[in-house]
Amino acid sequence: MLINNFLVLGAVLFCIGVYGVIVRKNAVLVLMSIELILNSVNINLLAFDRLWAESGNNDGSVFALYIIAVAAAEVGVGLALVLLIFRNRKTIALDDLSEMKG
Amino acid sequence: MIAFSAPIVDYHALAPELVLAAGICLVLLVDLFVPAHRRWITGTISGLVLLGALLPVVTLAVLGGDVRDVLSGDGISGRYVVDNFALVLKALFLLSGYVVVLLSTNEIEDGGYYQGEYYVLLLSSVLGMVMMASSRDLVSVFVALEFLSIPAYMMAAWKKRDRKSNEAGVKYYLLGVFASAVMLYGMSLLYGIAGSTKLSVIGEKITLSGPRTGIEVIAVVFVIVGFSFKVSAVPFHTWAPDTYEGAPTPVTAFLSVASKAAGFVGLMIMVYLAFPLARDVYRPFLWVLAALTMTVGNLVALKQKNLVRMLAYSSVSQGGFILMALAMAFTNGSEESSLRAIIVYLIIYAATNLGAFAVVIAVARRTKSAEISSYGGLFNYAPGLTVMMTLFLASLAGIPPLGGWYAKFGAFRAAVDAGGGWGYTIAIVGAANAVVATAYYITVMREMWMKPVPEGADTSAVKVPASLVAALTITGLATLAFGVVPGIIAKVGSLTDLTGAFHG
Repeated sequence: MLINNFLVLGAVLFCIGVYGVIVRKNAVLVLMSIELILNSVNINLLAFDRLWAESGNNDGSVFALYIIAVAAAEVGVGLALVLLIFRNRKTIALDDLSEMKG
Repeated sequence: MIAFSAPIVDYHALAPELVLAAGICLVLLVDLFVPAHRRWITGTISGLVLLGALLPVVTLAVLGGDVRDVLSGDGISGRYVVDNFALVLKALFLLSGYVVVLLSTNEIEDGGYYQGEYYVLLLSSVLGMVMMASSRDLVSVFVALEFLSIPAYMMAAWKKRDRKSNEAGVKYYLLGVFASAVMLYGMSLLYGIAGSTKLSVIGEKITLSGPRTGIEVIAVVFVIVGFSFKVSAVPFHTWAPDTYEGAPTPVTAFLSVASKAAGFVGLMIMVYLAFPLARDVYRPFLWVLAALTMTVGNLVALKQKNLVRMLAYSSVSQGGFILMALAMAFTNGSEESSLRAIIVYLIIYAATNLGAFAVVIAVARRTKSAEISSYGGLFNYAPGLTVMMTLFLASLAGIPPLGGWYAKFGAFRAAVDAGGGWGYTIAIVGAANAVVATAYYITVMREMWMKPVPEGADTSAVKVPASLVAALTITGLATLAFGVVPGIIAKVGSLTDLTGAFHG
């Protein structure tokens, strides 16, 4: 089994995620793009974990579990912030966030 | 498969974290059972918890000795340790946390914000920083970074109905999460290169010999980019001014001092342990970041009208000096002087900047404004605050005999020790910036001392609450003492095994 396939998948997901973060103007879609990046990281970690499994090392899968847990906490906070913005402004378009400049 | 064997836990070494964790639960419970008008007690308890967590740090420092493995066991040793480096920084984080509690007490109570939750989040964030100082593994560095960031995102948006505060929180959150995702991608590649998440193992695998592979370059650059957001290095600083202006001022003080210091600690741990031999990659990158950070931060600070925003850009440019010392690490054996310079800089900068924010908070209680013009003639009705502010601004500008000059001196010495084209040029860039920076600090001083009081301002004597007086005393004394008697802090920086323990 080639590890390359997984790494390419990870890299492609990462690029889509970064593209989404930069281009999307909707806060929820930006959050989803960030999740995409985190998933590409998990794919990378698990692929490398299999690569290094012979040396009796599980660091990669442990790391992936931590990322899943932390990502859940992050998104929880993120959605709460988006709700806060929506209540005060009735919109979640990031371009409208321009109270402060300079 | 490997059989699981429980690690042996060194509870004394873990005590600061345990005290904080217990304190967080305690504050939550107290907040639940105490009636609303007595909720201020949560702030008092949080202060005591932070000082209580300092006790084991002191006993560990007195016992001294070698590196203590907090968790030891098969394959786990050396991933979470307590050494002198960790102890100095834990003390720094706990004390800055304590000063932030002092700054918050009146602000949060008077503002009618949720008090118990605020202190729980503050303590959680400090716990993350304390963990960061001990982390020697990719997983724990990542968890510590998120632990300190996630509560900070919420604290930035703490003024729930205030549109500026909402915006501050969301901007900080989106950029922070994006940065940590990019950093994680770099970390996954580091794991792929080394086959272990232990930093010292990664450090052995990324060597100078042989051709540099693309994957190594991407990994190192992505990790540095991730931390650059946290330390608001240009061009990754765009969130900082908006977040600092919109967030409640005590939170701004916390973000610009403690959170930033934790970012630098993470960056240092990565550079010193995981890629000391990849200097062909990180030195040019950090060099450019340092030069940009100092210059852009200063130039934009020059035209600010709002004091908090000006302090935000000033804190960006101060970060540049730390990056300067870090960029020059491992060049001609300068790693020790760089390490000392960074730690000394972080400590002095924390004292000075927290003090400056304490004055801003005290003045804003009267003027309800942070515009620089509202500071006109401050000396006429608040001479004490004016003198303190002058002290802190002069220290930030690096004027002897205040703490700031010693911090800058260390950073320049690190760059000059490294020498060569890289070292001398960045030292010159830094020196030019130190001069430019003086200009905007002096503008504020002139406003306070020489300008007339704005029309219609209330000029009765300003009452400063006791907690702010305490915060001003601590930070003011520290700023003065570090400058007049730099010996006390030089001792902290010259602990013989600071670097030795680092490689444990």
